[in-house]
Amino acid sequence: MTFINYASREINCKIVYYGPGLCGKTTNLQYIFDSTAPQARGKLISLATETDRTLFFDFMPLELGTVRGFKTRFHLYTVPGQVFYDASRKLILKGVDGVVFVADSQEERMDANIESLYNLEENLQSQGYDLMKIPYVLQLNKRDLGNIVPAEDLAAELQKKGEPVIEAVASTGAGVFDTLKAVAKQVLTELRKG
Amino acid sequence: MADTPILLREQQYHQIKAVLARLRMDASAKVVFLVDKDGQEIASQGEVGNLDTTSLASLAAGNVAATGGMAQLIGEKEFPTLSHEGEKESIHISVVGRLLLVVVFDERSSLGLVKLRSKQVSHQLAKMFEEITSGDYDDLDSPFAGITDEDIDSLFS
Repeated sequence: MTFINYASREINCKIVYYGPGLCGKTTNLQYIFDSTAPQARGKLISLATETDRTLFFDFMPLELGTVRGFKTRFHLYTVPGQVFYDASRKLILKGVDGVVFVADSQEERMDANIESLYNLEENLQSQGYDLMKIPYVLQLNKRDLGNIVPAEDLAAELQKKGEPVIEAVASTGAGVFDTLKAVAKQVLTELRKG
Repeated sequence: MADTPILLREQQYHQIKAVLARLRMDASAKVVFLVDKDGQEIASQGEVGNLDTTSLASLAAGNVAATGGMAQLIGEKEFPTLSHEGEKESIHISVVGRLLLVVVFDERSSLGLVKLRSKQVSHQLAKMFEEITSGDYDDLDSPFAGITDEDIDSLFS
Protein backbone atom coordinates (compact mmCIF):
# COMPACT_ATOMS: atom_id res chain seq x y z
CA MET A 1 0.00 0.00 0.00
CA THR A 2 1.37 3.37 -0.98
CA PHE A 3 2.50 5.60 1.87
CA ILE A 4 2.91 9.31 1.18
CA ASN A 5 4.61 11.31 3.93
CA TYR A 6 4.18 15.05 3.41
CA ALA A 7 6.59 15.86 6.24
CA SER A 8 9.59 13.91 4.98
CA ARG A 9 8.32 14.29 1.38
CA GLU A 10 8.56 10.60 0.60
CA ILE A 11 6.45 8.17 -1.38
CA ASN A 12 6.82 4.45 -0.64
CA CYS A 13 5.37 1.71 -2.83
CA LYS A 14 5.53 -2.08 -2.62
CA ILE A 15 6.33 -4.35 -5.56
CA VAL A 16 6.29 -8.13 -5.27
CA TYR A 17 8.13 -10.57 -7.57
CA TYR A 18 6.07 -13.76 -7.86
CA GLY A 19 6.64 -17.03 -9.73
CA PRO A 20 7.44 -20.73 -9.42
CA GLY A 21 10.43 -22.09 -7.51
CA LEU A 22 13.82 -21.38 -9.09
CA CYS A 23 12.38 -19.06 -11.76
CA GLY A 24 14.81 -16.26 -10.87
CA LYS A 25 12.93 -13.89 -8.54
CA THR A 26 15.82 -13.51 -6.13
CA THR A 27 18.23 -13.24 -9.09
CA ASN A 28 16.23 -10.23 -10.34
CA LEU A 29 16.63 -8.51 -6.97
CA GLN A 30 20.27 -9.51 -6.69
CA TYR A 31 21.00 -7.97 -10.10
CA ILE A 32 19.19 -4.74 -9.20
CA PHE A 33 21.13 -4.64 -5.93
CA ASP A 34 24.49 -5.26 -7.60
CA SER A 35 23.99 -2.66 -10.31
CA THR A 36 22.50 0.18 -8.26
CA ALA A 37 24.56 2.86 -6.53
CA PRO A 38 24.71 2.20 -2.76
CA GLN A 39 23.14 5.58 -1.96
CA ALA A 40 20.06 4.65 -4.01
CA ARG A 41 19.32 1.38 -2.27
CA GLY A 42 19.26 -0.20 1.16
CA LYS A 43 20.41 -3.64 2.17
CA LEU A 44 19.22 -6.75 0.37
CA ILE A 45 17.66 -8.83 3.10
CA SER A 46 17.32 -12.51 2.20
CA LEU A 47 15.48 -14.87 4.50
CA ALA A 48 16.74 -18.04 2.88
CA THR A 49 17.46 -21.64 3.77
CA GLU A 50 21.00 -22.99 4.08
CA THR A 51 20.79 -23.98 0.43
CA ASP A 52 19.87 -20.44 -0.62
CA ARG A 53 16.24 -21.18 -1.37
CA THR A 54 13.97 -18.32 -0.29
CA LEU A 55 12.32 -19.29 2.98
CA PHE A 56 10.16 -16.24 3.67
CA PHE A 57 11.08 -13.29 1.46
CA ASP A 58 13.84 -11.14 0.01
CA PHE A 59 13.55 -7.43 0.54
CA MET A 60 15.30 -4.40 -0.86
CA PRO A 61 14.36 -0.72 -0.73
CA LEU A 62 15.25 1.19 -3.90
CA GLU A 63 15.13 4.93 -4.38
CA LEU A 64 14.32 5.92 -7.93
CA GLY A 65 14.54 9.69 -7.73
CA THR A 66 12.31 12.65 -7.13
CA VAL A 67 8.82 13.39 -8.45
CA ARG A 68 7.59 16.92 -7.75
CA GLY A 69 9.92 17.19 -4.77
CA PHE A 70 8.90 13.80 -3.34
CA LYS A 71 11.49 11.03 -3.00
CA THR A 72 10.11 7.95 -4.71
CA ARG A 73 11.06 4.73 -2.99
CA PHE A 74 10.07 1.23 -4.07
CA HIS A 75 10.15 -1.66 -1.63
CA LEU A 76 10.94 -4.76 -3.67
CA TYR A 77 9.93 -8.15 -2.27
CA THR A 78 10.14 -11.68 -3.58
CA VAL A 79 8.02 -14.58 -2.39
CA PRO A 80 9.24 -18.14 -1.76
CA GLY A 81 8.38 -20.04 -4.93
CA GLN A 82 8.16 -23.55 -3.58
CA VAL A 83 4.58 -24.81 -3.47
CA PHE A 84 4.49 -25.58 0.26
CA TYR A 85 5.30 -22.00 1.31
CA ASP A 86 1.87 -20.76 0.31
CA ALA A 87 1.03 -19.24 3.70
CA SER A 88 4.13 -17.02 3.43
CA ARG A 89 3.27 -15.95 -0.11
CA LYS A 90 -0.17 -14.76 1.01
CA LEU A 91 1.36 -12.66 3.79
CA ILE A 92 3.85 -10.98 1.49
CA LEU A 93 1.13 -9.88 -0.93
CA LYS A 94 -0.47 -7.75 1.79
CA GLY A 95 -0.34 -4.09 0.82
CA VAL A 96 1.12 -4.76 -2.63
CA ASP A 97 1.06 -1.96 -5.21
CA GLY A 98 2.42 -3.88 -8.20
CA VAL A 99 3.32 -7.46 -9.15
CA VAL A 100 5.95 -8.94 -11.45
CA PHE A 101 5.32 -12.53 -12.47
CA VAL A 102 8.64 -14.18 -13.31
CA ALA A 103 8.00 -17.13 -15.61
CA ASP A 104 10.61 -19.83 -16.18
CA SER A 105 10.92 -20.26 -19.97
CA GLN A 106 12.08 -23.89 -19.83
CA GLU A 107 9.66 -26.39 -21.39
CA GLU A 108 9.60 -28.60 -18.30
CA ARG A 109 8.57 -25.64 -16.09
CA MET A 110 5.45 -24.75 -18.07
CA ASP A 111 3.11 -26.53 -15.66
CA ALA A 112 4.85 -24.89 -12.70
CA ASN A 113 4.33 -21.46 -14.31
CA ILE A 114 0.64 -22.10 -14.85
CA GLU A 115 0.19 -23.41 -11.32
CA SER A 116 2.03 -20.45 -9.81
CA LEU A 117 0.06 -17.92 -11.85
CA TYR A 118 -3.18 -19.50 -10.72
CA ASN A 119 -1.87 -19.41 -7.16
CA LEU A 120 -1.07 -15.68 -7.58
CA GLU A 121 -4.60 -14.92 -8.70
CA GLU A 122 -6.04 -16.85 -5.77
CA ASN A 123 -3.75 -15.29 -3.19
CA LEU A 124 -4.33 -11.79 -4.51
CA GLN A 125 -8.03 -12.42 -4.27
CA SER A 126 -7.70 -13.58 -0.67
CA GLN A 127 -6.08 -10.23 0.12
CA GLY A 128 -8.81 -8.29 -1.64
CA TYR A 129 -6.99 -7.60 -4.91
CA ASP A 130 -7.87 -8.41 -8.49
CA LEU A 131 -5.03 -9.38 -10.81
CA MET A 132 -6.95 -7.80 -13.68
CA LYS A 133 -6.82 -4.39 -11.95
CA ILE A 134 -3.45 -4.32 -10.24
CA PRO A 135 -0.26 -2.99 -11.95
CA TYR A 136 1.27 -6.12 -13.39
CA VAL A 137 4.14 -7.25 -15.64
CA LEU A 138 4.98 -10.68 -17.08
CA GLN A 139 8.70 -11.46 -17.32
CA LEU A 140 9.82 -14.42 -19.41
CA ASN A 141 13.08 -15.36 -17.74
CA LYS A 142 15.95 -17.69 -18.69
CA ARG A 143 15.75 -16.85 -22.40
CA ASP A 144 19.40 -17.90 -22.75
CA LEU A 145 18.73 -21.60 -22.10
CA GLY A 146 18.42 -24.21 -24.87
CA ASN A 147 15.17 -25.98 -23.99
CA ILE A 148 12.86 -22.98 -23.91
CA VAL A 149 9.31 -22.42 -25.09
CA PRO A 150 9.07 -19.75 -27.84
CA ALA A 151 8.23 -16.35 -26.29
CA GLU A 152 4.96 -16.06 -28.27
CA ASP A 153 3.74 -19.45 -27.03
CA LEU A 154 4.64 -18.60 -23.42
CA ALA A 155 2.90 -15.25 -23.67
CA ALA A 156 -0.14 -16.86 -25.27
CA GLU A 157 -0.36 -19.23 -22.31
CA LEU A 158 0.47 -16.85 -19.46
CA GLN A 159 -0.50 -13.32 -20.47
CA LYS A 160 -3.63 -12.30 -18.57
CA LYS A 161 -4.69 -8.86 -19.67
CA GLY A 162 -2.38 -7.30 -22.22
CA GLU A 163 0.26 -6.58 -19.59
CA PRO A 164 3.83 -5.82 -20.73
CA VAL A 165 5.73 -9.02 -21.55
CA ILE A 166 9.48 -8.73 -21.11
CA GLU A 167 12.05 -11.31 -22.12
CA ALA A 168 14.88 -11.58 -19.63
CA VAL A 169 18.02 -13.33 -18.52
CA ALA A 170 18.10 -12.25 -14.89
CA SER A 171 21.53 -13.79 -14.26
CA THR A 172 23.11 -11.36 -16.77
CA GLY A 173 20.65 -8.55 -16.12
CA ALA A 174 19.00 -8.59 -19.53
CA GLY A 175 15.45 -7.29 -19.16
CA VAL A 176 15.69 -6.86 -15.38
CA PHE A 177 15.49 -3.07 -15.30
CA ASP A 178 12.99 -3.02 -18.18
CA THR A 179 10.74 -5.19 -16.03
CA LEU A 180 11.15 -2.98 -12.98
CA LYS A 181 10.54 0.13 -15.05
CA ALA A 182 7.41 -1.33 -16.61
CA VAL A 183 5.82 -2.19 -13.27
CA ALA A 184 6.96 1.00 -11.49
CA LYS A 185 5.54 3.09 -14.31
CA GLN A 186 2.17 1.39 -13.94
CA VAL A 187 2.20 1.92 -10.16
CA LEU A 188 2.93 5.63 -10.56
CA THR A 189 0.32 5.97 -13.31
CA GLU A 190 -2.19 4.29 -11.00
CA LEU A 191 -1.33 6.81 -8.27
CA ARG A 192 -1.83 9.66 -10.69
CA LYS A 193 -5.37 8.42 -11.28
CA GLY A 194 -5.88 8.77 -7.51
CA MET B 1 -7.24 -2.20 -4.77
CA ALA B 2 -7.65 -3.46 -1.21
CA ASP B 3 -6.11 -0.51 0.59
CA THR B 4 -6.12 3.20 0.02
CA PRO B 5 -2.78 5.02 0.31
CA ILE B 6 -1.79 6.39 3.69
CA LEU B 7 -1.37 10.16 3.48
CA LEU B 8 0.46 11.71 6.40
CA ARG B 9 0.31 15.46 6.96
CA GLU B 10 3.31 17.28 8.34
CA GLN B 11 1.48 18.15 11.56
CA GLN B 12 0.32 14.55 12.07
CA TYR B 13 3.84 13.31 11.49
CA HIS B 14 5.19 15.63 14.17
CA GLN B 15 2.41 14.62 16.58
CA ILE B 16 3.36 10.96 16.12
CA LYS B 17 7.03 11.79 16.56
CA ALA B 18 6.21 13.58 19.82
CA VAL B 19 4.33 10.54 21.18
CA LEU B 20 7.22 8.27 20.19
CA ALA B 21 9.74 10.63 21.81
CA ARG B 22 7.83 10.54 25.08
CA LEU B 23 7.51 6.77 24.96
CA ARG B 24 11.21 6.47 24.29
CA MET B 25 11.99 8.57 27.34
CA ASP B 26 9.44 6.92 29.64
CA ALA B 27 10.56 3.42 28.60
CA SER B 28 14.29 4.30 28.68
CA ALA B 29 14.45 2.84 25.18
CA LYS B 30 17.10 3.29 22.51
CA VAL B 31 14.83 3.56 19.51
CA VAL B 32 11.09 3.59 19.07
CA PHE B 33 9.40 3.38 15.73
CA LEU B 34 6.02 3.02 14.22
CA VAL B 35 5.52 0.71 11.26
CA ASP B 36 2.55 -0.10 9.10
CA LYS B 37 1.61 -3.81 9.12
CA ASP B 38 2.74 -3.97 5.48
CA GLY B 39 6.27 -3.02 6.50
CA GLN B 40 6.34 0.71 5.76
CA GLU B 41 8.15 2.76 8.36
CA ILE B 42 5.97 5.68 9.41
CA ALA B 43 8.13 7.46 11.99
CA SER B 44 11.05 6.76 14.28
CA GLN B 45 12.58 8.39 17.30
CA GLY B 46 15.82 7.84 19.20
CA GLU B 47 19.38 6.72 18.67
CA VAL B 48 18.82 5.64 15.09
CA GLY B 49 22.45 6.21 14.07
CA ASN B 50 23.44 3.52 11.59
CA LEU B 51 20.42 1.36 12.36
CA ASP B 52 18.75 0.30 9.12
CA THR B 53 15.21 1.16 10.16
CA THR B 54 13.78 0.45 6.70
CA SER B 55 14.92 -3.17 6.82
CA LEU B 56 13.97 -3.46 10.48
CA ALA B 57 10.47 -2.21 9.67
CA SER B 58 10.07 -4.74 6.89
CA LEU B 59 11.34 -7.60 9.06
CA ALA B 60 9.18 -6.56 12.02
CA ALA B 61 6.13 -6.65 9.76
CA GLY B 62 7.20 -10.05 8.40
CA ASN B 63 7.69 -11.28 11.93
CA VAL B 64 4.24 -10.15 13.05
CA ALA B 65 2.65 -11.51 9.87
CA ALA B 66 4.29 -14.92 10.39
CA THR B 67 3.38 -15.20 14.07
CA GLY B 68 -0.11 -13.91 13.22
CA GLY B 69 -0.43 -16.76 10.74
CA MET B 70 0.62 -19.20 13.46
CA ALA B 71 -1.89 -17.66 15.87
CA GLN B 72 -4.72 -18.24 13.42
CA LEU B 73 -3.67 -21.86 12.94
CA ILE B 74 -4.15 -22.49 16.65
CA GLY B 75 -7.42 -20.57 16.81
CA GLU B 76 -6.16 -17.18 18.05
CA LYS B 77 -6.89 -13.92 16.22
CA GLU B 78 -3.32 -12.71 16.56
CA PHE B 79 -0.51 -12.40 19.09
CA PRO B 80 -0.76 -8.76 20.17
CA THR B 81 2.79 -8.48 21.45
CA LEU B 82 6.12 -10.06 20.51
CA SER B 83 9.37 -9.84 22.43
CA HIS B 84 12.85 -10.86 21.37
CA GLU B 85 15.47 -10.72 24.07
CA GLY B 86 19.14 -10.69 23.15
CA GLU B 87 22.25 -10.62 25.30
CA LYS B 88 22.40 -6.84 25.23
CA GLU B 89 19.75 -5.54 22.86
CA SER B 90 16.10 -6.51 22.80
CA ILE B 91 13.04 -5.72 20.74
CA HIS B 92 9.43 -5.45 21.81
CA ILE B 93 6.67 -5.21 19.20
CA SER B 94 3.04 -4.43 19.95
CA VAL B 95 0.25 -4.61 17.42
CA VAL B 96 -1.86 -1.44 17.49
CA GLY B 97 -4.62 -1.96 14.91
CA ARG B 98 -2.98 -1.54 11.53
CA LEU B 99 0.26 -0.41 13.12
CA LEU B 100 3.21 -1.98 14.86
CA LEU B 101 4.91 -0.15 17.69
CA VAL B 102 8.51 -1.33 17.79
CA VAL B 103 10.74 -0.56 20.78
CA VAL B 104 14.46 -1.36 20.77
CA PHE B 105 16.00 -1.31 24.24
CA ASP B 106 19.07 -2.47 26.15
CA GLU B 107 20.06 -3.09 29.77
CA ARG B 108 19.11 0.49 30.71
CA SER B 109 15.49 -0.65 30.54
CA SER B 110 13.48 -3.82 31.11
CA LEU B 111 10.86 -5.78 29.23
CA GLY B 112 8.26 -5.05 31.92
CA LEU B 113 8.77 -1.31 31.69
CA VAL B 114 8.72 -1.33 27.88
CA LYS B 115 5.52 -3.40 27.84
CA LEU B 116 3.83 -1.10 30.31
CA ARG B 117 4.79 2.13 28.56
CA SER B 118 3.95 0.72 25.10
CA LYS B 119 0.51 -0.24 26.28
CA GLN B 120 -0.04 3.22 27.73
CA VAL B 121 0.49 4.97 24.40
CA SER B 122 -1.21 2.34 22.22
CA HIS B 123 -4.70 3.86 22.50
CA GLN B 124 -3.40 7.31 21.70
CA LEU B 125 -1.55 6.09 18.62
CA ALA B 126 -4.53 4.04 17.45
CA LYS B 127 -6.76 7.09 17.74
CA MET B 128 -4.29 9.30 15.91
CA PHE B 129 -3.98 6.79 13.12
CA GLU B 130 -7.71 6.41 12.80
CA GLU B 131 -7.92 10.16 12.23
CA ILE B 132 -5.16 9.89 9.65
CA THR B 133 -6.86 7.15 7.65
CA SER B 134 -10.37 8.57 7.89
CA GLY B 135 -9.38 12.20 7.26
CA ASP B 136 -10.25 14.37 4.32
CA TYR B 137 -7.23 15.12 2.16
CA ASP B 138 -8.80 17.11 -0.63
CA ASP B 139 -6.78 20.15 0.36
CA LEU B 140 -3.46 18.36 -0.08
CA ASP B 141 -1.77 18.68 -3.44
CA SER B 142 -1.10 15.17 -4.62
CA PRO B 143 2.49 14.92 -5.82
CA PHE B 144 1.04 12.99 -8.74
CA ALA B 145 -1.60 15.45 -9.84
CA GLY B 146 -0.56 16.77 -13.21
CA ILE B 147 2.47 14.50 -13.40
CA THR B 148 3.34 13.70 -17.00
CA ASP B 149 4.59 10.52 -18.64
CA GLU B 150 7.89 12.36 -19.14
CA ASP B 151 8.15 12.97 -15.37
CA ILE B 152 7.72 9.23 -14.79
CA ASP B 153 10.17 8.34 -17.55
CA SER B 154 12.75 10.73 -16.10
CA LEU B 155 12.93 8.58 -12.97
CA PHE B 156 14.45 5.81 -15.04
CA SER B 157 16.85 7.77 -17.19
